[in-house]
Amino acid sequence: MRIPILKLHNYLLISIQTEIDDQTAIQFQEDLLDKIHKSGASGVVIDLTSVDIIDSFIAKVLGDVVSMSDLMGAKVVLTGIQPAVAMTLIDLGIHLQNVPTALDLEQGLLKLQQELGV
Amino acid sequence: MEPQSCVNIHKEWDIVGARQLGREMAKRLGFGTVDQARIATAVSELARNIYLYAEKGQICFEFIDNIEHRGLCMTAVDTGPGISDISQAMQDGYTTSGGLGAGLPGVRRLMDEFDIHSEIGNGTRIKAIKWVR
Repeated sequence: MRIPILKLHNYLLISIQTEIDDQTAIQFQEDLLDKIHKSGASGVVIDLTSVDIIDSFIAKVLGDVVSMSDLMGAKVVLTGIQPAVAMTLIDLGIHLQNVPTALDLEQGLLKLQQELGV
Repeated sequence: MEPQSCVNIHKEWDIVGARQLGREMAKRLGFGTVDQARIATAVSELARNIYLYAEKGQICFEFIDNIEHRGLCMTAVDTGPGISDISQAMQDGYTTSGGLGAGLPGVRRLMDEFDIHSEIGNGTRIKAIKWVR
């Protein structure tokens, strides 16, 4: 299973719509970094509106992909984290500090524009 | 009281199957969306531990429904190598697999009751309960 990555101007947009297993998460990490490299995108929004569970493994993969993209020079914003998912992550002790987030896709794009100064 | 449902864990995809079954059971018992997410996440952590450390095992769900209590009990059993230092494994951030070390301490916080037994060479048994409020 592959998570589709869409390109819009110099941004990449991802909406995760499926149940994520570990392999899909790792594959997504690779695909995204590859796509950043090939497209020269400067900003990425990963929308998690349809994701109803984030466990410690998926949280680690998401946190890592933000740091990895940052190393490559692309800013990533996570959007649409559901209330139940936010509460569960804090119970797990996962705070995802240093990970930029926004309420929804629209706010996420605004945040990227501000951070990138375009 | 319904008969228990069990799911075998021996491949990575079984982690997804286990958390879907956990969520389904939680929904049927009338847990709200937040508790459903807590239960599904706890199942996911326990199933991943079985897959990572013991390679195979089983998670069973059981409804608890009597005059005093209503809740969901899950038992994760494996015949893996066992945990040598449980208090260390229960510490936030301790991991031997390169993960976040959030699994076991996280499950304890996500659930209302938590009990762990482990014997070196014989395996690990974890029982966790969430009560319907």
